[in-house]
Amino acid sequence: MKYMLLIYGDEQALSENERQDCYAESTQLAQQLHSNGQYLAANPLQPTAMATSVRVRDGKRLVTDGPFAETREQLGGYFLVDAKNLDEAIAIAARIPTARKGTVEVRPVVEIPGLPTG
Amino acid sequence: MSEDVTKQVREVVDAVYRSESRHVLATLIRLLGDFNAAEEALHDAFTVAVEQWSRDGVPANPRAWLVSTGRFKAIDGMRRRARFDASLTELAQQLESSTSEAKEWDDESVEDDRLRLIFTCCHPALSPEVQVAMTLREVCGLTTEEIARAFLTTPPTVAQRIVRAKRKIRDARIPYEVPSEKDLPDRLDAVLRVVYLVFNEGYSASSGGSLTRHDLSAEAIRLGRLLIELLPEPEALGLLALMLLHDSRRSARTSPTGELVLLEDQDRSLWNRDQITKGVSLVERSLSSRRVGPYTLQAAIAAVHAEAPIAAATDWSQIVGLYELLFQADPSPVVELNRAVAVAMRDGPLAGLTLIDAILARSDLENYHLAHAARADLCRRLGRTAEARASYERALGLTKQEPERRFLERRLSALPDKTC
Repeated sequence: MKYMLLIYGDEQALSENERQDCYAESTQLAQQLHSNGQYLAANPLQPTAMATSVRVRDGKRLVTDGPFAETREQLGGYFLVDAKNLDEAIAIAARIPTARKGTVEVRPVVEIPGLPTG
Repeated sequence: MSEDVTKQVREVVDAVYRSESRHVLATLIRLLGDFNAAEEALHDAFTVAVEQWSRDGVPANPRAWLVSTGRFKAIDGMRRRARFDASLTELAQQLESSTSEAKEWDDESVEDDRLRLIFTCCHPALSPEVQVAMTLREVCGLTTEEIARAFLTTPPTVAQRIVRAKRKIRDARIPYEVPSEKDLPDRLDAVLRVVYLVFNEGYSASSGGSLTRHDLSAEAIRLGRLLIELLPEPEALGLLALMLLHDSRRSARTSPTGELVLLEDQDRSLWNRDQITKGVSLVERSLSSRRVGPYTLQAAIAAVHAEAPIAAATDWSQIVGLYELLFQADPSPVVELNRAVAVAMRDGPLAGLTLIDAILARSDLENYHLAHAARADLCRRLGRTAEARASYERALGLTKQEPERRFLERRLSALPDKTC
């Protein structure tokens, strides 16, 4: 079963060095998951200052700066993994470096037919 | 067939339902992989039992018979529905071939299933009130109405919690497993917390005189017994001991008019000796494991109280020592407060007052009525009437429970009139 692990943290909290360490540790985790056959995808995201929100209302496109909601913790990256069950997904989430400072939200993925594969 | 035989069989089926339905349900959930399907299968199996047992007699192993019948009924139902939904054919086949071995429901795996059910209902991905509702419903077999009454809420609220929990168990795939050794301590803590919550809900409200809430404590003790039977971990032993030792004082802790009676003023002949003996022996068993946690230490403290024939004979040195250990295991201000009260009993009120004032100065327990009540009591014993009065009033302003309020008012009015 696929789980999306959404990584939330205070994007101002990390120094450049800490960010590099976090990337290195996350890459290592991704490699380990890959060798177990649990890895599907993972990426860090640019900070919310780089975000653009898009809405379409009455056929009209509204484009605005910034994320949809201001919160203390921002979505900063994700892992998409294949896990046997929730406990296995939780165990992976706990190994993501940001789990030690921020929050990792574990969301089961809905499988719908007709999506391209690979 | 005579009516008498039918009546007899119905009685047997009812008795089997009471003793076996939770076992059968736990195993059917594993075999069928779904709570709702398992409940339906359980219901079907008992319906067939009433019919068939009157004709052929009660089977030698009713539990195995019920599991096998329930499983068969579920597969059969899937086949019938498969006419409308082709995917069910495959599922039914899978189920039939993967679970056809009778060893799948021998006694040992059935006991494991009960443990799986407990851990699933108390999974941390479910909120605490949902864990409680699921445990009482699925493990204890209480009805939605009974749970609602016990927790002073409405049946639809409880039903909704249970529906949501089952959906999350299915859709987020919460596993039906006993946690791995690495996760066991944390996960067992969650289970013990649920059991203790159920117990306290029944115990602390018992002064209200509501019988259903007393039943809740009894239910928690039953759960505690089941747990140590399945998983005799030291803290599980400690929690059962703690519940038995507290429950042993049930009839002594309120007066016939519903007033609160302090431990030191209780009529110890009303204490339930049988529960005390069992509680003490469980504490000893847990302590001998050398892996002692907060429940065991609290139970040990309760055991020291239980063993004192009169309040004045209480071994306060031992209690202070146990609170020291408890504070190391659980460094909370409430534990610190209790330790201060024990020190006051051992070394005199002034020693205790110094400690309580230090806790209050940190403002950790500023809004905790028992901290002010304890302070008031020590001031009273030191003859500091004005201070005692102020602290009783503070406690009174913070308490929400009616019997406690009346107790504090009595204490307040018993203070000497003259302020000094």
